[in-house]
Amino acid sequence: MWFQLVLVVALVLIGAYLLLSKPGARHLAVRRVIMLISLLAGVTVIIWPGLLTQLARLVGVGRGVDLLFYLALVAGLLYVVNEYKRSVMLARANTHLARELVLTEARLTDRISALEARLDERAP
Amino acid sequence: MTGMPEQSSTPASVEALATTWAVIPLYNEAAVVGDVIRELRESIPNVVCVDDGSRDGSAEIAEAAGARVLRHPHNMGQGAALQTGIAYARTQPGCQYVVTFDADGQHRVEDALAMVGLSERDGYAIVLGSRFLDDRTDPGFRKRLVLKLAAAVTNAATGMTLTDAHNGLRALRVDAAHVVNLQQDRMAHASEIVAQLGRSGLPWAEFPVHIRYTDYSKAKGQSMLNSINIVVDLVIR
Repeated sequence: MWFQLVLVVALVLIGAYLLLSKPGARHLAVRRVIMLISLLAGVTVIIWPGLLTQLARLVGVGRGVDLLFYLALVAGLLYVVNEYKRSVMLARANTHLARELVLTEARLTDRISALEARLDERAP
Repeated sequence: MTGMPEQSSTPASVEALATTWAVIPLYNEAAVVGDVIRELRESIPNVVCVDDGSRDGSAEIAEAAGARVLRHPHNMGQGAALQTGIAYARTQPGCQYVVTFDADGQHRVEDALAMVGLSERDGYAIVLGSRFLDDRTDPGFRKRLVLKLAAAVTNAATGMTLTDAHNGLRALRVDAAHVVNLQQDRMAHASEIVAQLGRSGLPWAEFPVHIRYTDYSKAKGQSMLNSINIVVDLVIR
């Protein structure tokens, strides 16, 4: 059952993606291509359900449902990893934004209190 | 020029301390932060405190103690607060040194003064506190093990030879402070800051400091499980 090998390779690749990849335009493109292929494959096996079973036999899984189950697991894992990376990115962006706000406000209030101090000096 | 300096603990000159900014990340330390800031300001008048969303009135207490308080809109983590404080301090007019100091009272002011003094006298741009250069500090066996492990991991990643990787007491000359750009919001910043400073190629030294493990700081201390979070944060980005 060489499909086991495919599954293991898929999981290793997802692990590598989790650890190594840096998000960017290329990844977005890859994600979109995967999404498109999945949609087309979905439509295809809905119209010709027999294809799924044939494919499953071809890779040595047996039933089409089993193949679908395995693929769904891989897809789900990929989704979780993707969302995790995205949430890390968003948290960073949020921190950056908050910091800029805090520093801008600090600069402003420092400037204002410096000006007020100067005004107080001049006041009679 | 790296490594261990002669064990001298002459404090920095008054002129140097007048151009020093102390950065204190602050999160729910109302019980102690007032005293910490007052004691610190006797020798380092410029103190910026970054309140990371405390809900116990810490920010007001810090302000009353005379610190410049910056308030994060919500809790983002100690690394985030440290970066905000360093970014503020290093752009202040005349700033020559930035000292990072903990809010919970476990650091000693005289150590901070001696570290700035070492930088001033011997030209180290980076002086990192270490509790393992002498045997004054007893963190307990388990904590010692975790800290030593953290130091080993950091050394392997940065090529530096530190004896203590997670010590919050640091003295940075302003050029070194400008190198720091922390992305790690939570505790993993302690390894990240060492890595960034190490890459800068600026001269650095470790300085033996004493950590006061009070019942208060022990109760608030890091859980050992959190070291898993630190490793995951460092590995996955």
